[in-house]
Amino acid sequence: MTSTSVGASPGEGRGPGNTPGPGEAPGSGHHAHPDHSLTGFVLFLASESLVFLAFFAGYAVLKTGSLSWYPAGVEGLEWREPLRYTAVLLSSSGTIALAEHFLERGRLGLFRGFWLLTMAMGALFLAGQVLEWRGLAFGFTDGVFANLFYLLTGFHGLHVAAGIVLMGVMLVRSLTPSSGGGHRGLQAAGLFWHFVDVIWVVLFLLLYVWR
Amino acid sequence: MVSTAATAAPPASGSWLRYLGWSTDAKVIGIQYIATALLFLLVGGFLAMVIRGELITPEADLVDRTVYNALYTMHGTIMLFLFIFPVLNGLNNLLVPLMIGAPDMAFPRLNAVAFWMVPVFGLILMASFLVPGGPAAAGWWSYPPVSLQNPLGILLNGQALWILAVALSGVSSILGALNVVTTILRMRAPGMGLFRMPIFCWTALSAQLIQLVGLPVLTGGAVMLLLDLVAGTSFYRPEGGGDPVLYQHFFWFYSHPAVYVIILPIFGVFSELLPVYSRKPLFGYSFVAMASLVIVGLSLIVWVHHMFPSGVAQWMRDLFMVTTMLIAVPTGIKVFAWVATIWRGKIRLTSAMLFALGGIVNFVFAGITGIMLATVPIDIHVNNTYFVVGHFHYVIYGAATMGVYAAIYHWFGKFTGRMLYEGLGKLHFVLTFIGTNLNFLPMHPLGLMGMPRRVSSYDPEFAFWNVLASLGAFILGVSIIPFLLNLVSSLVRGAKAPANPWNAIGLEWLLPSPPPAENFEEHIPTVLRGPYGYGSGEPLVEHQERYEQALREVTA
Repeated sequence: MTSTSVGASPGEGRGPGNTPGPGEAPGSGHHAHPDHSLTGFVLFLASESLVFLAFFAGYAVLKTGSLSWYPAGVEGLEWREPLRYTAVLLSSSGTIALAEHFLERGRLGLFRGFWLLTMAMGALFLAGQVLEWRGLAFGFTDGVFANLFYLLTGFHGLHVAAGIVLMGVMLVRSLTPSSGGGHRGLQAAGLFWHFVDVIWVVLFLLLYVWR
Repeated sequence: MVSTAATAAPPASGSWLRYLGWSTDAKVIGIQYIATALLFLLVGGFLAMVIRGELITPEADLVDRTVYNALYTMHGTIMLFLFIFPVLNGLNNLLVPLMIGAPDMAFPRLNAVAFWMVPVFGLILMASFLVPGGPAAAGWWSYPPVSLQNPLGILLNGQALWILAVALSGVSSILGALNVVTTILRMRAPGMGLFRMPIFCWTALSAQLIQLVGLPVLTGGAVMLLLDLVAGTSFYRPEGGGDPVLYQHFFWFYSHPAVYVIILPIFGVFSELLPVYSRKPLFGYSFVAMASLVIVGLSLIVWVHHMFPSGVAQWMRDLFMVTTMLIAVPTGIKVFAWVATIWRGKIRLTSAMLFALGGIVNFVFAGITGIMLATVPIDIHVNNTYFVVGHFHYVIYGAATMGVYAAIYHWFGKFTGRMLYEGLGKLHFVLTFIGTNLNFLPMHPLGLMGMPRRVSSYDPEFAFWNVLASLGAFILGVSIIPFLLNLVSSLVRGAKAPANPWNAIGLEWLLPSPPPAENFEEHIPTVLRGPYGYGSGEPLVEHQERYEQALREVTA
């Protein structure tokens, strides 16, 4: 490998983006690069939110243009039970914030407790979703409202499940101090969880409140 | 999930075998992208030859009509998703880290994953030629209800494979875009503020921002199309309460901005090359840079101009006509800046410069027909005729592909260490320029006369212009021969490329050809001023003489 030997003093005028990464060993073929994964993750979330935005826009267009919205024999959706599960999901945004708060204070026991509680609340929400699906009088292919209902709740449910898995992975990684970038991973999981919550609020308004 | 960047790539060996396997080095991935794209250019080009062979006579005599439907569908799909997007991703990988003084892309592993999805969905798309019923035949836009026909009733039909391939292409492009945007925002060399970046980086940033906004929407729409096709839903089926026009909105919300994803980096290439070959700074640098971002904003609010005849409200037609025409302002700024840049410059007509100038000429022509098409009455009159086909081929081939050729002639030596032959390059240019105009210019009178697109037989009164267009297409087919010959013979026995063969200014020219795996390694230069300091005599970076001295030692 050829090298340009230039006499600039090392570290001179380095910007924040050019500080060597933790695993960087001089002289080894391809160096480790500084970690920008949080920037990338935020961009990813912004991009992912547009998939939901597309579905929401499709829902609005199809609903405003339709003559008979609900499947035959269905008057509207039961909203009380889903509202309870909504409360569970929304308060889990609070528990994960508490978990991160305790992590910053170095109180690892409380951090792990609230982190696990958040995961459990997510799982409870998913269970509620499954129960609601099983009690519905219409299936996936019973007209365009049913299509959209299962598409939106299913796609969001996949994100909830992914969020729980992500939280689990990051929790395990934070237990082993050797794996670098653990804190950033926790931050990313937290961001993802808030994202899943915000999406659900819009989704709830569209599906259950907008008649 | 975004992977962390701390991966160790295998050491950069001189062996060409590293281009065939897994690599996380942006310079290897860039060449992998470009080589894959050129391979698919040949496939898509072959389909174009068959299409123009069919159209040289009014009768449908060369291929079956259903085969013809599959031919133009696959031609468009391959050229967009497997040629032009991958080739531009290749340029991003090669140029962006070098131009901003970064050692690599921000997420090398993600980068490799994004690349390897291209051959995978390429194979899926090619495999659709082999399934019963043949490949997708609903046109590259796959409008329902045409795309929802599944007469054989099989699950893995050509259309389903098409949607799968396009969705994978979307995921790959989103991963690539995350990488490019993060790299540009976070990994610039010290002193390189945003307004000291070369214009190519501005255009790459702008184009990839469009990918991040637009592609998720298309992907969402494509998921609904796939569910309609294979799962019995009726999002786009009117008989089930759905709306086929909704798909058109999803499709064009991405696929019109996609044109800017393609053309913006080409604007970047033009803006890089013209100063080098006219020895003058780029005219109005900050205006050209900002114009890219203005184009991003406008590109997201013009999509309905593809749907003027699709039963949209009159206020939408009026609104989107105006926004579409507004795009002429930032693009006009750029064309003006390019003309002012070469004005009274010391112009060197190298192959790269010829392709850049030819591309600009073709782009201006495409821009004029674009304004015509933005006008609602004209658009409705020539909708689905060859006028539209001629217009976008001037953009995609006349401007974008010629811009890609310009970039290859300009930077080939930098990344391979071998110079391309100028004589073959100029022959390639002459054939391409004549072929492009002979192929696509006759499509405009054909469209005005009323010849519809996507039909294999036509009224004999259209024969004259069609014969000309087919001759042009065959010249374009022949033009590939000197190009491929040039690439191969240069790689085998071309002259060794010096570090700065064109006497250009930019960070990439302060490195040997080809650059080392880590680019500047520990010696990342501190940038002192903006790009294109031609004629000023001022150094671009601190201690520039030391970098130049080091280059002389390496090449000596």
